This record gives sequence, structure tokens and C-alpha cells, in this order.
Amino acid sequence: MTRKASAGEVAPLPPNDDIGEAQRLELYRSQFLLREAEQRAFDLFLQNLVKGTSHLSLGQEAIAAGCAAAMEPGDLSFCTYRGHAHTLARGVSVEKVLGELMGRDNGLMRGKGGSMHLTSVEHGVMGSYAIIGAHLPIACGAAWRAQYKGQSDVSVCFFGDGTTNIGAFHEALNFAVIWKLPVVFVCENNLYMEYTPISEVTAVKSPAADRASAYGLPRILIDGNDADIVYRTMKEAFGKARSGEGPSLIECLTYRHSGHSRADPAKYRPEGELERWKLRDPLKIYKDRLRQFDIDDVRIEAIEQEVRREVDEATEACKAAPTTSSDILFTDVYADGGWAWRN
Amino acid sequence: MAELTYRDAVARGIAQEMERDEDVVFLGEDIAKAGGVFKATVGLLEKFGERRVRDTPISEQAILGAAMGAAMTGLKPIAEIMFADFIAVCYDYIANEFPKSRYMTNGQVKCPLVVRVGNGGGARFGAQHSQSVENWCMQFPGLKVVSPSSPVDVVGLLAAAVRDPDPVIFLEHKSLYATKGEVPDGEIVDTLGTAKILRFGTDCTLIALGMMVPRALAAAEQLAAEAGISCEVVDVRSLVPLDTQTILGSVARTHRVFTIEENPRVLGWGAEIVSIIADEAFYELDGPPVRITTPHIPLPAADILEDLAIPSVSRIVETVRRSMSS
Repeated sequence: MTRKASAGEVAPLPPNDDIGEAQRLELYRSQFLLREAEQRAFDLFLQNLVKGTSHLSLGQEAIAAGCAAAMEPGDLSFCTYRGHAHTLARGVSVEKVLGELMGRDNGLMRGKGGSMHLTSVEHGVMGSYAIIGAHLPIACGAAWRAQYKGQSDVSVCFFGDGTTNIGAFHEALNFAVIWKLPVVFVCENNLYMEYTPISEVTAVKSPAADRASAYGLPRILIDGNDADIVYRTMKEAFGKARSGEGPSLIECLTYRHSGHSRADPAKYRPEGELERWKLRDPLKIYKDRLRQFDIDDVRIEAIEQEVRREVDEATEACKAAPTTSSDILFTDVYADGGWAWRN
Repeated sequence: MAELTYRDAVARGIAQEMERDEDVVFLGEDIAKAGGVFKATVGLLEKFGERRVRDTPISEQAILGAAMGAAMTGLKPIAEIMFADFIAVCYDYIANEFPKSRYMTNGQVKCPLVVRVGNGGGARFGAQHSQSVENWCMQFPGLKVVSPSSPVDVVGLLAAAVRDPDPVIFLEHKSLYATKGEVPDGEIVDTLGTAKILRFGTDCTLIALGMMVPRALAAAEQLAAEAGISCEVVDVRSLVPLDTQTILGSVARTHRVFTIEENPRVLGWGAEIVSIIADEAFYELDGPPVRITTPHIPLPAADILEDLAIPSVSRIVETVRRSMSS
């Protein structure tokens, strides 16, 4: 295989590429789709077609795409309120996600959950949780079920750097280790907990990785903007979980290109920081990677065109979809389908 | 038929359900090897093994979160929160996670679990180990809340809670653990959302829950003997779902109503019941509904003080006599 050197690339690539062309093309397609879909969500918000709040993963796509590619069907994702990317990466359609954000009847939960609670059980997306830390213990419970029933699925729990300072993080880590649960905790360290630099409010430099030793786990800190690195690291962690060797805690260093939520212009960031990180944009890194492996730009552009068309079609479908039906206001409070709390 | 203590009824109810269904698992602090701090789960580890009966660290969020994750994906966990007061440190699951997951996901996520908690006062444990927290739990749409007052109800309602497809908070009263009652042999399964009339009467209705039930019964006995007042006693048993029809039916017969609540006064469960009666049975009433509650204070530790705070048989008797004669 011939390789073209690119700026900053020093580590030699393995002679027999372990990821392979098909998977690489899929990783690029997935990241590009997350980028386009998130950008579209933002545009729709500017058009007042997305209400409420939304927390975008622009700039963090390599983590969602790399993890999802490493997961097997049946593996379970537990996401946060910044969960659009993780939901889409598991194969949920753009239309379902945008429809949910827009409160349309074609939405993933027909508008009952909204941006922060995307869930698609059929895709293994077991929920997006908007209370910081809540879903780490929940992921432990799902992993406990797999262990108890002798099932081979892994529970993967995504969270931000800010989560490492809440109690549930520490309870879940300890719990997962002592019960040796098949759960993988993935910290997306984008350097800011909401509006505050994580370094200003954390006792250690790497908020997740530097805590790992407290739970007897290896320190794993990776470049979260390189989908290949994410993919390989996750494959190893999922393999460990599946073979009964217990949990992993993986910190992925990344950066969000937008503010914390739609209301945040992110003016607290030092000048030039965003620009520096954009040089390490996961899509740019990955496009260069494809070129290193002699995948020509025509094929890359074909993927991009296809994704753009998918996002455009989804957008039009959502705009044309009816708003959600008022008759679901009272459904599914209880398992009988209704809301009756008294006779 | 055997005479069982309320605490032994807990272990029997759990065992009955674990024998029936391999998906029922049990976790909590000191529940396995130690048999529970109230000795309500003795023998379960020996019977079902450490795969199904699991001690946990002091991590209430991990306990409830793990129960939820297991319930979402196919198990039917019973989780113990040792003292009801500790619900405050894992309240997110009670308030935000268990009850909302089904609704928010448009019915995709299920949460069939039971949280057993040692509720209530009378044990001189002071303000952080004695509270009655039923009103902390009953306010969230999506949860069910049950509180048995007798050993037979412990077995039957626990079985019903485990078999229920919704999350159920099961409030055991700490001061009832040593009480005894007849429990039939064989499988017992009760029905959530059903109140029980434990004593029929004609002059007024006493509506009680948990430890207030035996006190209401004792007060009714005394009121009949000493004042000729015939009290009907309703054991609410299930706050959610609430058996409003049994309550309204009783009020329609007696025309006077008293709620007897261990919780501090503000927003106690009786307030909701009185509100329903005011809405739906106002013209049945011959006098104002009366709420007999713990005053709106934290519970003190000293026996003499705690006994003054929690509604006693004599306070119930005095309040009913005074109200009925005015």
C-alpha cells in the first residue's frame, strides 16, 4: 500500500490496515452525517422550527461515530442530553431525530421527549438522560442484566467532563468494578462543563482518566477527534467487557465547536482556541486519513452528496409532517397505556 | 395458616416471588449476609444464592440506578433503601428517572421494579431515620406507592408490586416489623389500588395508612366503648393507585371523615384525599373533614417527645370525640 505523508502525521500506519476501507468509508459517512444533521438542527432552530433547547455535538463526531462502529447490534447506548449524535450513529434516521426536535408526529417519541431524551430501544439507544450522572448507574444495571442472564451485550455510557464531579459517577464506577460489569464508560472531555473550563473546577488534570486509578482501572486518555483511535480503543474495551473482564473508563479529548446549548454563544472561550481546535476538526482529520489510504475525492464527495440529500429529504419530510397529536398527552404514564392514578 | 411477624412476612413475600420468577433479583445494603438491618430479609441469601441476592456498597444512587437499568432490559429487581429518609440522596431516580421514562419515550422504556424502604417513626431514631416519606413519593406521575399495615398485606401487596409492570415504592413501617398477624399458607397475591375497610361503622370514617392503621383500630375500639361513637376504619394501603371509590363509599355512609397521617402536616396524603372528598362528596358531609397528622416539625428522638408528635391512639380518640360533639 502506498501512503501519502500528510502534515503532522508521524506515527507509522500499520502495514495491514486493521480497519479496512469499507469501515473507514462508513466512519467518514457517519461523521459527516452527524455534522450535517447537527448543523441542520441549528439552522432549524434559527428558523424557529426547533423549540426548547438543544445541545449539539459539532466537533465531537468522531466519538459517537467511532464508538457506534465498534459496537455490535444488541449493544446498548446510554446518552446524555447532548445525545443527537450518539442516537444517529446507532442508525436512527435523521427524520426521526429532527422530527422529535420539531415536535412533529413523525418524531422518534412523537414529541413527548424532545431533544434531551432521544431514545430508540429498537436501535439499542436506551435513552438520553438530562440529569447529570443519572445514567451511569442505569448503564450498570443493564450490564448487570447481561451478566445475570449470560447475554453478551455491552452497555456503553456516554457523558461529559462535568459528570466526573457528581456523586453518581463515583458510585457507578465503584459499583461496576466490584460487580465486574460489562459496561464501558466514555467521557467526552470537551474542556468545558457548561460555561466553565473543567480545569477550574476539577482536582485533577484529566477529569476521568486521572480518577480511574481510584477504582483500580487503567488510565485511558485518547484523542477523541480521531475516529480510528476511538474505534480501536472501544473495540478493545468492548472485547474486555464481553469476555467478563469488567468495565473500562475511557476519556476522549475533544472540543465542541458550538456553545453548551443553543442559548450559549460561548464567549468565555479564549481567543484563537476554537480556531486551533478546528485545525483538528475530526472531519478534516478523517478526510486526510481517507486520502492517505488512497481513497480519492470523487468517492468522498459522493458520500457527502448522499448524506446531504438524506438530511435535506429528512428536513422536508419533517416540515411537511403534522404537528404531534394532542391525544398522546395522556398516554403511557403507566404500563396500561394511560395515566389513571385513582379510580 | 401461620402467625407471622411483619418482618418475616417481608422475607416470605420476596421468597414467594423469587421462587416463581428467575428474573426477580434483590439488591441493597446489608440485605444478604446480614439479613437486613431490620432482619426482614433473613434466609434469602441462603435460599437463592449470591447471584440473586446481592449486598451493595452504601451507594443509594447506584442501587436505584442499577435496579432501573436491569428493569429496563428484562429483570424485575427489588431494591432496598434501608431507611426511607435515604430516599433523599437518590431522589433523582424516584422523581426523574423511574416515573418519566415510559412517558418521555412514548412507551418504549419499561421500568418494572420495586423499591422497599423502611418508613416511619416510633423507634426513637431521630429526625433523619424516622420520617414518613409517602408524600415524597406519591407526587410523581408514573410511580405507584404502597404501604401495608399487616403481615398478610405485606406478602400480598409485595407480590402484587413485583408483578406490576410499573415502578412501585413499597413503604414498610419500621415500627410494625415486630407486630404479628395470621397469614394463610400458599401463594398470596393482592391487588394494588385497593383500600380495605377493616372495621365497619356508622358515625364517621377514619382513613389511615401504615402504623396509623392499628392506632385507628384501637381508637375506634375505645370510641365505641367509651363514647358510643361507631367508627369505620379504612386502610388506604395503596396511595397510587388510590382507591377513591372505597373512600367515597364510606364517607357516603358515615358523613364524617378523619384522615390519620404520620407525615408532617403540609401536603400529607390526607390533604389530597380531603380535597377529593370536598370535590366529589361535599354534600355527603355533616361536618368538616379533619386531618390528624404529625405537626409540621422534624421528628425528635426522645421517646416522650416523639410520642407527642406522632398521632397516638389517645390523640385520635380526643380529636374524634371533640369533632363529633361540636
